[in-house]
Amino acid sequence: MAFKHKPLTTKLVFIALAMFGFGFALVPLYDVFCDLTGLNGKTASTAASADAAIVDTSREVVIEFIARPNKQMPWVFEPEVTRMTVHPGEIHITNYLAQNPTSRLIVGQAVPSVSPGQAALYFHKIECFCFTQQRLAGGKDMLMPLQFYVDPALPRQFSTITLSYTLYDVTSASTDLTATSSQLGE
Amino acid sequence: MSAVVTDHEHDHEHHDHKPSGIKRWFYTTNHKDIGTMYLVFALIMFFIGGTMAMVIRAELFQPGMQFVEPNFFNQMTTVHGLIMVFGAVMPAFTGLANWMIPMMIGAPDMALPRMNNWSFWILPFAFLILLISLFLPGGGPNFGWTFYAPLSTKYSGDSTALFVFSVHIMGISSIMGAINVIVTIFNLRAPGMTWMKMPLFVWTWLITAFLLIMVMPVLAGAVTMVLTDKYFGTSFFDAAGGGDPVLFQHIFWFFGHPEVYIMILPAFGIVSSIVPTFARKPLFGYASMVYATSSIALLSFLVWAHHMFTTGMPVFAELFFMYCTMLIAVPTGVKVFNWVATMWRGAMTFEVPMMFALAFIVLFTIGGFSGLMLAITPADFQYHDTYFVVAHFHYVLVTGAVFSIIAAAYYWLPKWTGHMYDEKLGQWHFWCSLISVNLLFFPMHFVGLAGMPRRIPDYALQFADFNAFISIGGFLFGASQLIFVWVLVKCARGGEKATAQVWEGAEGLEWEVPSPAPYHTFETPPVIK
Repeated sequence: MAFKHKPLTTKLVFIALAMFGFGFALVPLYDVFCDLTGLNGKTASTAASADAAIVDTSREVVIEFIARPNKQMPWVFEPEVTRMTVHPGEIHITNYLAQNPTSRLIVGQAVPSVSPGQAALYFHKIECFCFTQQRLAGGKDMLMPLQFYVDPALPRQFSTITLSYTLYDVTSASTDLTATSSQLGE
Repeated sequence: MSAVVTDHEHDHEHHDHKPSGIKRWFYTTNHKDIGTMYLVFALIMFFIGGTMAMVIRAELFQPGMQFVEPNFFNQMTTVHGLIMVFGAVMPAFTGLANWMIPMMIGAPDMALPRMNNWSFWILPFAFLILLISLFLPGGGPNFGWTFYAPLSTKYSGDSTALFVFSVHIMGISSIMGAINVIVTIFNLRAPGMTWMKMPLFVWTWLITAFLLIMVMPVLAGAVTMVLTDKYFGTSFFDAAGGGDPVLFQHIFWFFGHPEVYIMILPAFGIVSSIVPTFARKPLFGYASMVYATSSIALLSFLVWAHHMFTTGMPVFAELFFMYCTMLIAVPTGVKVFNWVATMWRGAMTFEVPMMFALAFIVLFTIGGFSGLMLAITPADFQYHDTYFVVAHFHYVLVTGAVFSIIAAAYYWLPKWTGHMYDEKLGQWHFWCSLISVNLLFFPMHFVGLAGMPRRIPDYALQFADFNAFISIGGFLFGASQLIFVWVLVKCARGGEKATAQVWEGAEGLEWEVPSPAPYHTFETPPVIK
């Protein structure tokens, strides 16, 4: 009797295992989907090439900068300027100020989000402090640069783009890193 | 032929020997024993989850904080949801499947009886782990039964690991149960029982079982990701590490929406069995019922994001999920139409199972209707996370799923025990439940539309009167279920002897075996006309 049921049971167990795998496959699928569509306001996490296209002087786009440390993050974290008017295609640099008021070394990671989400595909960062983790010893401060341009292909309905950064404390997740850097006397 | 029959009966008596006492229940591989254990377990869980609902309603009887701390209140809403979904409704349906499917298709038992024993016996441990976590320092899970990240990853207590393990065990149990149902239905149908001759309860359970093996593993994946995010430093849902909390909602509801159909499709099967019996007419539109159930199951994979309209999806996605959700109303409407058409010009009588089935049809339709309202994206922004949602899913789960389970219990109780239940007490149970359940859940629509949020232990003063009514309805509904236990105990102990057919209009293989159903049935497959 059991022999008769074995092929079907095996298939069903296989489906269940495959669906368990599918649950995890949703993670990269979600990222790919968001990258392709620019949904969720996710910007690219790697640098764009600096050879920008022709500057479109016929229109201006307002870029707003928002910065916010996460609740558990003790740093002061602010943009140097909160608003900038740019032509699509122009390369601009702006700075963010970070200050560590505590007495210990803290590692931070900034996570960007662009609003409206559909504009995220057209906001290119040539250099960004958000590409890597930032280390700051206690009582120190620093300026963190952001170099960007807006794609001239940006649809005309977008006249304002808001770039928001949330800064997270990732010190505990990068303990090895801090151990090495403090040994180096950083 | 007669020689064969005698032989068979001889064999039968030999088989009837079973270990006595508690060992019988631990070691049993008999589908009827396991079905009974599932049903009793579900009833116990129904009362434990119900007690938590009573705590919630007592706290909400008046504005301000009365009896419990907000953290404990959150644990009550969380564990109430988990227990009712995974401990009461799903095991009750699995119990009914165990008892009825082999008898309905003319099989001697479930296809994989040893696995059947396992899938039941790991369940009590899952819920023991979950319930114990309530008594640990820091308390049990308090992030809602949907355990959204980062509530369950960043802000949860130390008991989260226990929650994760208990969900894993529940999932494994459901998957094993589902595999068993599918293999039984595929391989053990009596000769001549073609697909389109199967009773609808069998059909709806087959489709439910497929949904279970498709989505329970995804839930297992989701809780595993929560576990590793919380304890092992991964960042599936943690924005700081490159993850995304919204991803959690996508994965959860990819499981969660088919899950709500897992809890209602077997109910459709039950009502489709009961209505023809008491209308004394065959079911209207059998084939369309099968197709409607299948299309509901397929559509359930395309609508998950209607739980997430307020997460900032693009308009295109909101429209897609809105239209797909509304499309589900079409096959569901076909079903309601068929039930009504079955009763049309039937010679109807109104015994307790029929009363609960009728209440199901009306009240489930109300729940479906508020579901349609919630599906309208622009309106959902107002309804989202309010008591309107609570009213909606309690109409479909309590007056839907739970009423169908109660109807099934009354309908098949004489077959299980061999005695008729007390009709008068049953009618009392029905009318008390019907009135109190509406007093309990109907006003929730109004407080929800007026903006009262879910999962909050306190509320603004203008909701006070309605909440007092709701709480009274809740206490009465809880008390009414004690009548049910009384009926069950009384019927198990004795009563008027039931005939094999039990109900005058009942048709199907389960009504051809004597009442109570012998320990072993259909050891030789019956002949299907």
